[in-house]
Amino acid sequence: MKYELVAGFETHVELSTKTKIFCGCTTAFGGDPNTHCCPICIGLPGTLPKLNRQVVKYAIMAGLATNCEIAEVAKMDRKNYCYPDLSKAYQISEYDKPLCEHGFIQLSNGRKIRILRIHIEEDAGKLIHAHGDTYVDYNRGGVPLIEIVTEPDFRSADEAREYVEKLQQIMRYIGVSDCRMQEGSMRCDVNISVRPEGSEKLGTRTEIKNMNSINNIVKAMEYEFERQVDVIENGGKVIQETLRYDDATNTTSSMRGKEDANDYRYFRDPDLVTILTSREEVEEIRSMLPELPEKKQERYIDEYGIPEKDAQLLTKYRKVSEYFDEAIKDIKNPKTVSNFIIGSIFRRVETEKDKEEFAVATSPKQLNQLVKMIEDKKIQNNLAKKTLEQMLDTGKDCTAFIDESDLGGIDDSALTSMCQSAIDSNPNAVADFKSGKEKALMALLGNVMKQSRGKADAQSVKAKLIELIG
Amino acid sequence: MSIIKKIHDMLSSKEISCKELTEQYLSEIDKSNGELNAYVNITPEVALEQAQKVDEKLAKGEEIGMLEGVPMTLKDNMSTKGIETTCCSKILTGYKPIYNATVWDNLESKGAVLLGKTNMDEFAMGSSCETSYFGGATNPFNTKHCAGGSSGGGASAVSGNIAAYALGSDTGGSIRQPASFCGIVGLKPTYGAVSRYGLIAYASSLDQIGPITKTVEDASIVFDAISDYDPKDSTSQGRQKGLTYDTINNDIKGMKIGIAREYLEGIRDDVKEALLNATKVYESLGAEIVYFDMPAIKYALPVYYIIACAEASSNLGRYDGIRYGFKAEHYNGTHDMMCRTRSEGFGEEVKRRILLGTYVLSAGYYDAYYKKAQNLRGTILKAFNDAFLNCDFILAPTVPMTAFEMGHAVSDPVETYLTDICTVPVNIAGLPAVSIPCGFNAKGMPIGMQLIGNKFEEAKILNAANMYEKVAKENFKDTKWGVKL
Repeated sequence: MKYELVAGFETHVELSTKTKIFCGCTTAFGGDPNTHCCPICIGLPGTLPKLNRQVVKYAIMAGLATNCEIAEVAKMDRKNYCYPDLSKAYQISEYDKPLCEHGFIQLSNGRKIRILRIHIEEDAGKLIHAHGDTYVDYNRGGVPLIEIVTEPDFRSADEAREYVEKLQQIMRYIGVSDCRMQEGSMRCDVNISVRPEGSEKLGTRTEIKNMNSINNIVKAMEYEFERQVDVIENGGKVIQETLRYDDATNTTSSMRGKEDANDYRYFRDPDLVTILTSREEVEEIRSMLPELPEKKQERYIDEYGIPEKDAQLLTKYRKVSEYFDEAIKDIKNPKTVSNFIIGSIFRRVETEKDKEEFAVATSPKQLNQLVKMIEDKKIQNNLAKKTLEQMLDTGKDCTAFIDESDLGGIDDSALTSMCQSAIDSNPNAVADFKSGKEKALMALLGNVMKQSRGKADAQSVKAKLIELIG
Repeated sequence: MSIIKKIHDMLSSKEISCKELTEQYLSEIDKSNGELNAYVNITPEVALEQAQKVDEKLAKGEEIGMLEGVPMTLKDNMSTKGIETTCCSKILTGYKPIYNATVWDNLESKGAVLLGKTNMDEFAMGSSCETSYFGGATNPFNTKHCAGGSSGGGASAVSGNIAAYALGSDTGGSIRQPASFCGIVGLKPTYGAVSRYGLIAYASSLDQIGPITKTVEDASIVFDAISDYDPKDSTSQGRQKGLTYDTINNDIKGMKIGIAREYLEGIRDDVKEALLNATKVYESLGAEIVYFDMPAIKYALPVYYIIACAEASSNLGRYDGIRYGFKAEHYNGTHDMMCRTRSEGFGEEVKRRILLGTYVLSAGYYDAYYKKAQNLRGTILKAFNDAFLNCDFILAPTVPMTAFEMGHAVSDPVETYLTDICTVPVNIAGLPAVSIPCGFNAKGMPIGMQLIGNKFEEAKILNAANMYEKVAKENFKDTKWGVKL
């Protein structure tokens, strides 16, 4: 029998607000243990939370960017559970009135992954096991999170990969999170079940936690799919449980069963007032959202004639696309700019982080100046490419590397004399060209380029040669 | 006469120095606290340091504020930086907050002289002060009786003249009930009028800090001083209106006083009689008494205990021995440490309410208890709103009886819960109410009555209470204890 995978995602995204969700402490990653803390975020008796409105704004941005409806009235609830890293013994979250609902993210195969809800909540601290003891670091306690919950709409691990990549890309674009899975600023839990292909009924699901990269998510889902199919094929039943993924062995193991599930005793947090969001505020936030990657990609393809693959590369990181947008100002053929970015600049930014930050020595304005010189036929492409490398090495303008003799290219009389000299010294090639072998012209062109030390414009040389051979 | 004003005049006219006055209070505390058990932590250094500052100011010929140099006390559930704050629970023994409650920040900046922290039922859970880890405070009128609770220590201290005024907190009657038992004045302000920041929570949606004083004028002075909007407390709104002190002597002629018949059911005859006598006093002042029915009140007690316990079960989860306070000595691993710390650190009443609260919030029971209680909370609030369409304030007994004898309340917790019947509706609806003395029973124990106002109508109830005090002085009796000014 053929089986179908059914999965849903719960993704925690750490918001990059400057301060925590209920106090003024910094959200900076790292820092010595318990140095980013105050009476409020370590839950000292008598302290009260005060909602950071920026968190609401960021969550609304995330909601709008994923096509959600934004609630006019939302509230915060207490999720009660006891664990040493949770200083109040409850997490302030949103239970039955989340800020954002009913959104979706569209995949490249046309399928829509429905987003059930996005809510805001606070992060917990961290346990550190060392010297045979357990220590608690509350620096992360109170860092704002959004939890993005999808419907069980995934049918393959590949869809999951695309979803996570898209989600990352969108969140980074709108600037609400850096979504670094390694640092834990993006964490995914996957609910997964299997069913016979064609069946409508959902199977018993398991939940996988502890996957710290997209590759691990894919591997864990593939493993868990096979495991569940095996269980069913062997006449067994999948047990509802929470599993931990171990990337060293690429297996999942049980963390806790259904019967150990917490009763969180949710109730409205009486310390916080209702969150009201006016429609005007939502529209204002919507109008301030940057152009999202998908829209951008379409625009690059349709308006600038950039190939789809290149458009994807340019829009994957917001900073890259912003760089491109600035570098193409008043440029007739943006593709030249795109080629320089993808061909030359990308070779210098290797890691994900570097691409994300895209801090290159040459500013978009400097690149723009260089490409304009090509378009004005002042220099030709090869020289420009060489110049760009020098620019990237030094951060200097292109004019620093193009001397007077380069400027303006080769004048017509010089070009004529060089072409004539090439014709005169290659009678065979001329004869071949005359007999119809068009490729023979390339030998002549090479000769001229050599004479001009690469400064001549290839198109002009070809035209001149044909004219002279006549 | 207002104690605060009297002290202010004495200090301003240099009749007594602040140091002398403070020392007098400290010495009286020394003499009487053994029997009254009002204070659980006396802070002479803090008090004398502040007194010296006031004296220096006076020596320079500078004017002082109304509360400057006035010796006072805080209930032990208000955070005081560097001063042990225990909620009278074993689990918080040794806990010294690293920050001040907003009310204390406020009063400290106004020059208040803190004599110490006063006794209370553990985590404010109780009606006799006897669930305190340090034992209960006694009643200055008769120390065989309790001071009431939960702010029993504050009421005992003020009634016993070993503090000019006290700050208490009122979740289901914890200011008004002990004030009534000790024959003094207790104001529970509108929810949101006084910042809760730094008040160690019992039930967050019901808790409110307020003054316990000898006279209505004093309550007004203190309330005006502590009722500022506080950005640290999202539920804070501040006083909303002008100073209550400005209108405290207004004529109350033509005021309509409502009496809900339900409040008169099941109360002792002597209490009822005292209340009815008070209505006569009010009529003589030109007010009109209107009787009405308020059936929703019968839900108040269960609603209160469900909501308060639910919130408490969550608020008290943080006491796990990891960060502060008491930690069990012997344990095996983190989980066992938390269990033992809580088992050994909490008293019986606190455990009972945590269990009750956990139960009513549990999956499968939530709808039947907590959700229903929340709905009924709305019903009760509406009943009050309707009542205020036809009257300026509601007059009701504060407690159906006078102060219990020591030991009585703890022996029967459920019966003791029932005695909160008159005070809890106000907390559920978030309203202000002031309890003032209105007579004595045959054994000379004080009887109290409360004036319940609409939201942010503190000025109106304090005005009416003050006008009553002026003509019914005999009900505001002093005790033999403490400082005689």
